[in-house]
This record gives sequence, C-alpha cells and structure tokens, in this order.
Amino acid sequence: MAKKINIYQVAYKNLLRKKTRTALTILGIGLSAWVLISLLGFNRGYESALNKDIDNMGFQVLVTAKGCPYEAATLMLKGGTGLRYMKESILADILKHKEVERLTPQLMAAIFDPNKGESGRINAYLGVDPVTFPAMKSYLKFKQGGWFTDPTALEAVVGYEAAELEQREVGDKMLIPEKNIEFKVVGILARSGTADDGTIFMPLKTVQKIFDKEGLITAAGIKVNKDANMNELENKLYDLPDVQVVSMAQVKNTIMSLVSTAKVMVFSIALIAILIAMLGVINTILMSVLERYQEIGIIKSMGAMPWDVFRMIWTETVILCLLGGVIGIGIAFALSKITDILIRRLLPYAPTGSLISIDSQLGLITLGVVLGIGLLSGIYPAWRAARVRPLESIRSEGD
Amino acid sequence: MAPDTSALEALHLTKIYKRGAEEILAVDDVSLTVRKGEFVSFVGPSGSGKTTLINILGCLDNATSGSLKIGGETVFAENKYLSESDLTKIRRQVFGYIFQKFYLVPTLTVYENVILPFAFFKKAEANADPMEILRFLGIDKRTSHRPSELSGGEMQRVAIARALVNKPEILLADEPTGNLDTKRCEEIGQVLRSLNEKEGLTVLLVTHNPALAKVAGRTITLRDGKIAQPA
Ligand SMILES: Nc1ncnc2c1ncn2[C@@H]1O[C@H](COP(=O)(O)OP(=O)(O)O)[C@@H](O)[C@H]1O
Ligand SMILES: [Mg+2]
Repeated sequence: MAKKINIYQVAYKNLLRKKTRTALTILGIGLSAWVLISLLGFNRGYESALNKDIDNMGFQVLVTAKGCPYEAATLMLKGGTGLRYMKESILADILKHKEVERLTPQLMAAIFDPNKGESGRINAYLGVDPVTFPAMKSYLKFKQGGWFTDPTALEAVVGYEAAELEQREVGDKMLIPEKNIEFKVVGILARSGTADDGTIFMPLKTVQKIFDKEGLITAAGIKVNKDANMNELENKLYDLPDVQVVSMAQVKNTIMSLVSTAKVMVFSIALIAILIAMLGVINTILMSVLERYQEIGIIKSMGAMPWDVFRMIWTETVILCLLGGVIGIGIAFALSKITDILIRRLLPYAPTGSLISIDSQLGLITLGVVLGIGLLSGIYPAWRAARVRPLESIRSEGD
Repeated sequence: MAPDTSALEALHLTKIYKRGAEEILAVDDVSLTVRKGEFVSFVGPSGSGKTTLINILGCLDNATSGSLKIGGETVFAENKYLSESDLTKIRRQVFGYIFQKFYLVPTLTVYENVILPFAFFKKAEANADPMEILRFLGIDKRTSHRPSELSGGEMQRVAIARALVNKPEILLADEPTGNLDTKRCEEIGQVLRSLNEKEGLTVLLVTHNPALAKVAGRTITLRDGKIAQPA
C-alpha cells in the first residue's frame, strides 16, 4: 500500500464528517452563486435586449403634435383623452430632410367601451399606412392572415394579446362602440413582446374617416439614415410648428433609468445573499474547528506548522465554496428561463429578447467571486485553528 | 556523561502556573538525565506535576525557569525560550506522543491516520515503513477500517503507530492506558517494552498504574512537583 496523504485530502474528508451541515452550507453558497450569476447575466442581457427591441420598433424618431401621448400605455393612463393632431401635410416637410430614410404616418384613436370588463375599458385603434408601415415594421410576423386588402377597407390587424383578450380569429367581425361600425379581422400578429401586441391596427384612411379626422395624424415614425446625425435631425424637426420629437434613444434612457432603480434593488438582494452565504460558511467552518480543537492540537504536536493548519482549514472553506459555486452556476444555466420570468416581474419595462445572457465567461467570473468569498470567510476560522496550541487541546481533556 | 549518550538533560526545571493572583508551583526544581535507549516511568499522585513535567521535556511547553538539552543541544536555558515554530520542528523530528485519549481522525482510515504526520512533514516519508510498524503492533489487518470500528486497545495501537511513523528518538506516553482495561493495559506495556528493547527507542511513560510502571527500567516518583527520593 503505497498510499500517500496530503493536507487537501484531510481537509476534504473533514467535510464528510457532518454531511448535512456541509450540504446545507454548499446549498447556501449555491443559491447565492445562482443569484449572482443571474444578476450579472441580467446586467449584460437587459441592455442588449432593449437595444434590439428599439431597433425592432422600426423607427428611431417619432414626431407628434405637442402634448400628445405617443404610445398606447400613456394614452390609457390619460383615459383615452389628450390626443393632439397634426396635418398630414407635415409629412412632406419632414421628408425634405436628408436624414430621413422612411416615414410612416399614424393616427391613434381611443374610445371607451362600457361593455368590456367589469367597469368598461378603453379601446385604442392605430391607423397605419398600409404601404409604409408594414415595410418599416418588417419584423412583424402573422399568426393568422395578413395585412389589409385595401387602403380604405373596414379591416383590422389585431395584436397577439388584443386578439387573445377579445378571443378573435381571422374572419371575425368586431364592433367599434359608439360609432356602431363593424370591421373585419384580417390578420392576427404573432407575439412580439412589444406594445404592438395590444394594439388594433386599421388602415389610416379608415380610422380618419370613422373618427372624423380626415387629413389629420397623431404621429409620424421616422426611420433615420444609418450615418445621420440624430441631434441635427431633432433640431431641424423642432423647427416645425407645434411638434414634439421623441427619439428612441430618449425612450431608452428613460427606461434604463427606471430599470436602474430595479437594478439597485436586485443587486442589494445579491449582496445580502452573498453576505448570508458568507456567514453560513464562517459559521460552519468555525464550528468544525471548535469541534476538532483537540484533533488540531494533536496534528500540531505531530509537527504541523500554523500555516499547514491554516491551509487545511482554508482548503475546506474553498472546497465548500467552489462546490456551491459550481452547483449554483449549473442551476443558473439550467433555470435561466425561470429566472427570466422572475426578473420580468420586478421590472417596470421588460424587452422581448432574453433578459439574462449567461455564458462561460460569466460563469468563470462568478466562480472567481465565490472563490473570493471562500478565501475571505476562511481567514478567521483558519486563523483560529492555526493558533491552537497542542498543549491547550491536550489539557482540555481535564485529567 | 558523554553528550552523545544522553537523550534528555534537564537542570532545575521549574514551572509556575498563574491562576489569577494564585501561583501554582507545578514543577519544582527538577533535574534529571535520560540516557538514549532508556525506559523511564513517572509515577506519583494526581496533581503531582507528571504531565507538566513531561510536556516540558517533550517540548510541548516552556518551563518558567531551568534548562533543557535534547541530544546534547540546548533547547532552552535561563531566559532563552523557543518560538512555537522552533518547538514544532523539534517535536516532529525528535518526539512521538501518545496520550490517554487517542485523538484519531474519525474520517480517515487506520492507515491514513498512521501516515497523517507526513501530510505536514514530508521529509520523514522517504525512509518510513508504516506497514512494518502496523505489523509490529499487530494491527496490519485493519488498515482500511475506520477508528470507530476498532476496540480501545486497537485505537491506542494506531495512535502508537502514528507516533512512531516519523521514527522519533523519544516516545512520550502520558497515561496511555488510562482508558483501557487491565489486559489491554498489559499488552500496551509489552508493546512499549519491546519497542524499547528491540528498537532502542527512548520511552518516557507517565502512569498511575504501578504494575505498568514496572515495565520501565527506571521509575521516578513525583510528589508536589519534586522528585521524591526513593525511601
Ligand atoms: N494549565 C494549567 N493552569 C494552571 N494550573 C495547572 C495547569 N495545568 C496543571 N496545573 C496544575 O499543576 C499541577 C500539576 O498538574 P499535572 O502536571 O497535570 O499533574 P499530574 O499529571 O501529575 O496529575 C496541578 O496542581 C494542576 O492543577
Ligand atoms: Mg497528568
């Protein structure tokens, strides 16, 4: 039997002594590693998902009449009121600028439907240009049907969620309350995760006619040339009378600042998780050091130097942390979908794409952090153990 | 006496413990020489300072005053004390220790327990033969067992094997049979005697048991920290 033994083996076997305690500690570390890597992944994934979403909007600048809410959510908050209108002729003025690659006019209309839900609901309709709008929003996919058959047709394309809410299929008829006008559903969009999901799209001309807004629009979406100077364009657009210019970069900043609040919260959770895990590790290792006081004393009488004992205890901590880290990172990879859903709930606005982007690089970073936690929390217990004097431990048998 | 034949040489060793304002004179002016290959037993009533004395002789503790030479080299003298790490070096090269409790590591096998000192003192590994020691102690069939599967006598043998694996010059045994019955006690006595006779190991044995003390070539009786002159 030419077996050898080293400090690391002894350390490892020490951990097997109290299996439940060891397992619980590893679990604690695992959980905090999971939280940590998910957050790092979120930190990285969120912004890129948001950027992708904004690209998906098809336009980077929206021109609206001054004071007009520019997206359905705000409109809903205002109870469907507060819409302001611009003349269609403004489109020609906008198109004059060389920065503008494409332009699509929109007319938003809202109407209160007392028969929906418990206390009624606001229905929003978005009149869009049947030619330029689909071209700009080329990423929109249909679940059923397609775009309008005619620029003046009484037809609608319904967003995924709106269709689900109203339980509509292609071919169904829908009624615009108050106006008593029926229109036909010709297309249902696939889920896009954007505001489009909740929108009912109709041909611009149709909406103008139904709501008596001929020649008027509420917004114009602009797709900007690739190398155009956004600031310059914005300034030029502000020369137009009574408009407001909303750039998606601005929107993004607003969202990011909202999200940063959520991030602070989430990072505090991570910090607390790490601290708790650290306390768990310190507690576990310290207890096992105190339990083994005499044994450590004997090891020292065998000729172990303080540094040997320190290393032995330190190794135990590091094994605990690395095991926990690997498990936590494994869980994070396996459950990233679920984490995604959990985080989505915490956020004021969540983009479509995957919020959490975890890769092996983040895995290594997390493992590094966990290793750091191990090394840090091991110091005190290891120091206590290194200080044990052989005599004290033998004395404590009390003969 | 020529220095190369003395294993230990202690002069005027004194140890005072302070317990608050109270001072306890545990070892009182003890001088003694132990020759290489000698088997000395220390007897005396409980509290007479046996443990304190052999801990000092075994470099597990510093004396309050006095001097100690090991193998002719001064370990400490008046006002010269050793650091923990110097003591450690002497401990692992010169001494093997066994105690009343066995202090085996429960998670390691018998064999791993015996070779545990090599985890901290690699140099000793090269010319060691743990199996031979285990055979000598009659526990070579139990190498892969855990300590919890052994009897008390077997555990003490494992502890002895562990104390011997470094090939120490001096074995210190403080009440090694305190936890064992009469029969096991005799067996351990025989083991110590044959280690002394066959291997030439210097043995210092502390015991309550007069029968066990007889195994030694010389018996020193302590009383109130002093060596009692034979009546
Ligand atoms: N660490 C200590 N602190 C204070 N007093 C001690 C300590 N160790 C031993 N003593 C005292 O020193 C005396 C000798 O003890 P000890 O050497 O253990 O005797 P023995 O081994 O012969 O029973 C006793 O009075 C004991 O109470
Ligand atoms: Mg004693």
